[in-house]
Amino acid sequence: MDVIYLLVLLLVGALATYLSGDKLASKVALLFSLGAFGYSLYLLNLLEAGVNLDYTAAWITKPNIAFALKTDGLAMAMLLLTTALTPMIVFSGFGNDYKNARSIYALILFMSFAMAGTFLAADGLLYYIFWELALIPIYFIALLWGNGDAEERKKAVLKFFIYTLGGSLFMLTGFVYLYLQAGSFLLTDLYQLRLSCAQQFWIFMAFFLAYAIKIPIIPFHTWQAKVYQKAPTVGTMLLSGIMLKMGLYSVLRWQLPIAPLAAKGHQYVLIGLSVAGVIYGSIVALRQKDLKKLLAYSSLAHVGLIAAGAYTLTLDGLRGAVLQMIAHGFTVVGLFFVAEIIFRRYETRLIAEMGGIRQQTPKFTSMFLLLVLASVALPSTFNFVGEFTVLYSLFQVNLGFAILGGLTIILGAYYMLKMFQHAMLGEVNAKPFADVTFNEGLLLVLIVAVLFFFGLYSKPITDLISPSIENILIHINR
Amino acid sequence: MNTLIALVGLGVLCLLFEIINLRKLLVPATILGLLGVLALTVSEYNMPGSYYGNMIAVNAFSVSFSSLFIVLTIFLIALSHNFYESHQSKLSDFIAIKIFLLSGAVAMVSFGNLAMFFLGIEVLSISLYILAASSRLNLKSNEAGMKYFLLGSFASGIILFGICMIYGAMGTFDTTEIAELSRSAELPIWFPIGIALVTIGMFFKIAAVPFHFWAPDVYEGSPALTTATMSTLAKVTAMATLFKLLTAMNAEISYQYQIVVVIVSMASMTVGNIMALKQANVKRMLAFSGISHAGYMLMTLLSTNNSAGNLLYYAAAYSLSGIAAFAVILYVCKNRDNEDIVNFHGLGKTNPLLAAILTGALLSMAGIPIFAGFFAKLTLFSQTIQAGYLVLVIVAVVNSIISVGYYFKLILAMYTKEADKARTGTPVLIYGVAIVSILLNLALGLFPSLVMDLLG
Repeated sequence: MDVIYLLVLLLVGALATYLSGDKLASKVALLFSLGAFGYSLYLLNLLEAGVNLDYTAAWITKPNIAFALKTDGLAMAMLLLTTALTPMIVFSGFGNDYKNARSIYALILFMSFAMAGTFLAADGLLYYIFWELALIPIYFIALLWGNGDAEERKKAVLKFFIYTLGGSLFMLTGFVYLYLQAGSFLLTDLYQLRLSCAQQFWIFMAFFLAYAIKIPIIPFHTWQAKVYQKAPTVGTMLLSGIMLKMGLYSVLRWQLPIAPLAAKGHQYVLIGLSVAGVIYGSIVALRQKDLKKLLAYSSLAHVGLIAAGAYTLTLDGLRGAVLQMIAHGFTVVGLFFVAEIIFRRYETRLIAEMGGIRQQTPKFTSMFLLLVLASVALPSTFNFVGEFTVLYSLFQVNLGFAILGGLTIILGAYYMLKMFQHAMLGEVNAKPFADVTFNEGLLLVLIVAVLFFFGLYSKPITDLISPSIENILIHINR
Repeated sequence: MNTLIALVGLGVLCLLFEIINLRKLLVPATILGLLGVLALTVSEYNMPGSYYGNMIAVNAFSVSFSSLFIVLTIFLIALSHNFYESHQSKLSDFIAIKIFLLSGAVAMVSFGNLAMFFLGIEVLSISLYILAASSRLNLKSNEAGMKYFLLGSFASGIILFGICMIYGAMGTFDTTEIAELSRSAELPIWFPIGIALVTIGMFFKIAAVPFHFWAPDVYEGSPALTTATMSTLAKVTAMATLFKLLTAMNAEISYQYQIVVVIVSMASMTVGNIMALKQANVKRMLAFSGISHAGYMLMTLLSTNNSAGNLLYYAAAYSLSGIAAFAVILYVCKNRDNEDIVNFHGLGKTNPLLAAILTGALLSMAGIPIFAGFFAKLTLFSQTIQAGYLVLVIVAVVNSIISVGYYFKLILAMYTKEADKARTGTPVLIYGVAIVSILLNLALGLFPSLVMDLLG
């Protein structure tokens, strides 16, 4: 029952933000999102104390749909990621002067509500509803507050919407089929199903379409770069920081345990596609001139590696994937925030027009450098823990995959440092670069602190997620 | 039974209001009267019975659908107040016609005899012919009325011919007796031919492909409120009637017949959606969208034993979102000479509430949760998979994706373009209807069991 209050809090927060008017909206949103974060820490406490937080209530009798929420360690980790990033994302918007501010902040909180619901839902249909609900706010955020040419943006955002909706509808068809087999949408009942190989293959494919588009895995990534570039930075943060984790999380929670035979049978193809994303993303990132687009392609490379880790079906792979999901969430939010800070001062996202910022703002430069280093998985950062574990699991499957996957670090270091060089170093830029404000600095310090703290001491998170991952593995290897 | 008598009485009263000069009270009084009739109808839910030698058969099916029709009519009449502002002197005629139309609709779902069915469909159709041509001085409206009348009466003729065939085969108009006789092994060939002819006539009324050609022109030409009536009330009435005809007359629907339904359903969805993508006129777009929704609703005919509840739910979800959408359209296109998408530019800035309602209505039609349209499609798909038509469901899913394209075209226009003209006034009734209907739609989405469980 306790978990529901968190969802209610976020929903009420969205409503209150909308009603509070344009001037107060950002503060009300921050207040509610911080409240949600505090409350999820309390939930974490309860969970650690061994309290059962699962909740099930009847909702619809025909078809049999329950309002079921499951809060194990894995869901809790994702929930914390969501509620920790939401206040940061809200806070990052403080420096911007949005038109119709109450709507954008309300949409951010509403999206946070839907994403938290997706991570918690333990009934297939409830999960699907939250999954779709998350799509509507981001559509409007990207459409209405985005940048660049309006016509082009409209096209990019509509493509994104139709792509993801199309993928999800196939997932829905898969769920309906499962329902006809099991007589309920409950996660536990679906885990009990013993489907034949052929059935599992089709279910796996239906789910795969939805997840591969959301994550995105090659060749379903074509919507991504344009939308990341065109969306306002808060939207990009929501998309890359949390929303694509919905896809990865769903792979672990729904796809693998329900159709393990299909995953095992096509393991090489799946890992191959994911690793192809790593290499493709890295190479395309090398050629980018737009900072946000570069970060979008680097994100494509990183999530490719996460997906590869998940499809190894080993304990290390799954655990590494989850760790890297969290690490990537914080890193990418930080990096996009840096891009926004530069944009606020220079009104440009082209790397060529930057340069020579370091001498004007050494503090900001150090923060940026730390984020870049975290993104290329320097040891002692959280990303290192995640990427190393994933690469280790890839090595267990096949040496070739590990080598190809390892390219992400080498290529990543190359394009990220090159970008850093061009953007920050060099002759002093003629244009003055005002030092970061207190708010901006605070957010950057927070993100860097999180990344280094868990890089040095990742045990709390590992302990939190390990039991549920082991449980998932039992279902995969039944 | 009482519903029908009360409705006809109410219609006559509406005409009397004009004579005793109480025009101002007409809309509120009619709505109150309809609410009374609604209560009367709901009270019959647990009292099935047949009246006048089984001319009228009251059962859960007829009561639930009649209630839905009455609710829709209440909305349509509430919208009339604003819509007919400039023709005050004819207000009572228009409202009385709508009430008579409703009585036809109620007769169509509660008939026990094919004669009664035909009376119902004629009362409904003739009222619609009049309403389509009711903008007397507008050439397009005249054309719409004439076109609808010619094609509609042709379809009525086919239905009548079908009924004659059925009579020839069975020797009776009574549906219970026909159902008894149709279970016997030796059926005269005239019976399936009759059923096929009646079905074709009904396909015409619900505008299923390939009998849809009238719909876009008639929808576009008719006054907007008439279009609203046709696309919500008339469409779901015809669909419910077709369902009832098939269930009431023959217990088993043959395999060949089902294949025809599958093909018509696929064709309606695909043609409707693809044509809708190209439209610049919102009424025309909604006409094509209505054709595709007819295709979805036809899927219920594939498992008639247990899909009555689904049909009711789908009809309610579709028509409530239709009413909400048309309420906004009426507001936006008042005093404009057409209903092009251009008129909706900037609605998100000038009237955020109405824009949000129209967005909600379109999302419901596109089948996005948490709106009722989502559950309607979900249960429909799951039932159709169960009946063994996986291919049909896949076509339907692909069509759902296509439909997002044109629904979002309108949403984009509202939010991303700048308004060219200022919009003034906040007509209470239009806002009220829009808000109540979208809230009802949401409530159905949150608690689908409320409606779904009404019919077993």
